[in-house]
Amino acid sequence: MSNSEILVKAENVSKKFCRSLKKSLWYGMKDIGAELVGQNRQRKLRTEEFWAVTNVSFELSRGECIGLIGRNGAGKSTLLKMLNGLIKPDKGRITVRGRVGALIELGAGFNPILTGRENIYINAAVLGIRKQEVDKKLDPIIEFAEIGDFINTPVQYYSSGMRVRLGFAVAAQLEPDVLFIDEVLAVGDLGFKIKCLNAVNELMRNSAVIFVSHSMQFISWLCTKVMVLNAGKVEFSGNDVPAGIDYYYTRFERPDQTVSGSDKAVISDVQVFSGQRRASAGEMLLLNYGDDLSIQMGLSLDSLVSQPAIRIVIWDQELRPVVDCFSPFSGFEINPKSSSRIKLHLINLQLNMGVYSIAIVVVDLSNNCGEVLSRIDHAAHFQVKTTYTSWAPVLLRGEWKAEEC
Amino acid sequence: MVSSKFDSLKEVVYTPESQLRHPRQFVQSMWQDLLASRELAWRLMVRDISAQYRQSFLGVFWAFLPPLATALVFVILNSRKVINIGETDIPYPAFVMFGTVLWQIFVDSLNAPLKSVTASKSMLAKINFPKEAIILSGMGQALFNLVIKLLILIVVFLIYKLPLGWGTALSLLAILDLVLLGMMFGLLITPIGVLYSDIAMGLTVVTGLWFFVTPVVYPPPTTFPFSLLAILNPVSPILVGARDLATQGVLENPIPFFVVTSIMLVVLVLTWVVYRLAVPILVEKMSA
Repeated sequence: MSNSEILVKAENVSKKFCRSLKKSLWYGMKDIGAELVGQNRQRKLRTEEFWAVTNVSFELSRGECIGLIGRNGAGKSTLLKMLNGLIKPDKGRITVRGRVGALIELGAGFNPILTGRENIYINAAVLGIRKQEVDKKLDPIIEFAEIGDFINTPVQYYSSGMRVRLGFAVAAQLEPDVLFIDEVLAVGDLGFKIKCLNAVNELMRNSAVIFVSHSMQFISWLCTKVMVLNAGKVEFSGNDVPAGIDYYYTRFERPDQTVSGSDKAVISDVQVFSGQRRASAGEMLLLNYGDDLSIQMGLSLDSLVSQPAIRIVIWDQELRPVVDCFSPFSGFEINPKSSSRIKLHLINLQLNMGVYSIAIVVVDLSNNCGEVLSRIDHAAHFQVKTTYTSWAPVLLRGEWKAEEC
Repeated sequence: MVSSKFDSLKEVVYTPESQLRHPRQFVQSMWQDLLASRELAWRLMVRDISAQYRQSFLGVFWAFLPPLATALVFVILNSRKVINIGETDIPYPAFVMFGTVLWQIFVDSLNAPLKSVTASKSMLAKINFPKEAIILSGMGQALFNLVIKLLILIVVFLIYKLPLGWGTALSLLAILDLVLLGMMFGLLITPIGVLYSDIAMGLTVVTGLWFFVTPVVYPPPTTFPFSLLAILNPVSPILVGARDLATQGVLENPIPFFVVTSIMLVVLVLTWVVYRLAVPILVEKMSA
């Protein structure tokens, strides 16, 4: 395949939306009217309108995959809808070549009353797969979806996982030149996730892919290009995927600190250190793989607390806990009578690339249920950089050996 | 170097321009999509019909019920002289049964497009497929209901020993005409109906009134000003024509019948154009 095989081309594409429902419907009427008399779309903003996507340009060839990242409402899905031809751009021009496939809405057209088998045909027809093709692939679809004997059961008795798996299995039969994927990867349980990813990888090999996801692991794993959108504008675009992800992480994804609990403990002045570098709440500490990390905080306890303990949890970007430090597990006891400054030192942190957030929970173990005295989520953030990126939250060097035999 | 396969790939361009700026391309795409939508339309139709009947114990009985009930009411009213319908060419119960069945067929076709599009909103908002499929599937369902309702008419034929002839066969075409007329009105209001729910609500009221200004349960009035109904109401000539053909074998007023039919066919194509142009804007409004 040659590089000049450009399948998707977006040139200065913009799209506006309207905030108010009443106005939006009325503009809809007017737009239909304008379309009918052959007038082109209004390029200026009307009252209550805003640009949901502004000036997006990119080119995509076969074999390439562009990742669209950005917070909710950044314009990713709107852009995808324009590329997919569902809505028209208000400015610019989009050119798409070849057969288009979309993994956007799994199981579109499913009717709950009908059986899985019937719904396979319906869903396939919606996606533009012909009946003969489905006939040939029916068994692989059923097998892929792991539906088994349930194939003749109405879909309404399926678990939600089964329904999504069936939808994915049908969509995976597409043989597109251009493929749109919006957050539908990795549905179902772990075993199925891996199957999904392999299937997508297979699909991607021979097509130009536009991929919307909040999972930076998927992005870094699948994409050859990345585009960061913020409020409809392209803030980063390029072939350096890790740099794009970095850009996104450092600027946008930082949830605010939240405090909860019974207030019998007060955590104050949380700081994170690594060597000479330090960051307090709201700032980002930069680490390299294998650096040390210290967490410090002030703690004052109510006099009623008799057996306090601290748990520090490190969450990754997808809010999965990846590290858990519990003071009793380390045999560390906290004096309930005094306020103190607590420090936790972690040596040689072996976390993978990404932004992590620290949650601090103070509990009282004296009553059975372990009352939560105070809990701070997103108390501090740090970002780890590595030279190698992969799926797993933890990277270990280990010791490698080869024995002759 | 570009591979030869690349050149054969279909290219689609999306711009802010009105599609009407390129009429030739537009008509071409209409035709292509109509062809491409057949399989999907069939699937959707089979889906909706089987789902509808599978969950119901009485099944097709529900297709019979509304026209039978309406007919019964008018037969009773007329026999008790509560209302005075006047002379009909065939026995009144047969007359009214024909009328209400045909009217129901019209109403089904009228409601079909907006109903199908509303039901497919989420699909329209997420997936690109030939939008004609939704309309065709709605029309298919209306035709399916029609076939069931024709069974009532066959029974009426047998009970009243009405003569069967070429006109009876031709009346099927007139009934199809009635379906298309309903589809035309339905498709015409669909774009606005998707935006504003007022349309769906208003439609119920309008069809209720429309029933009374159409010669369904009474023969077409001949005295002025009521005779205007037959001229101003486009459903009249088609419905009356279908009934006349079926029961008497002749089209008593061919001119209005063919005038309405020709206008209807032209407008039907125009409403299709409007529907196509409106869909992207509707999708924008339902998902934004």
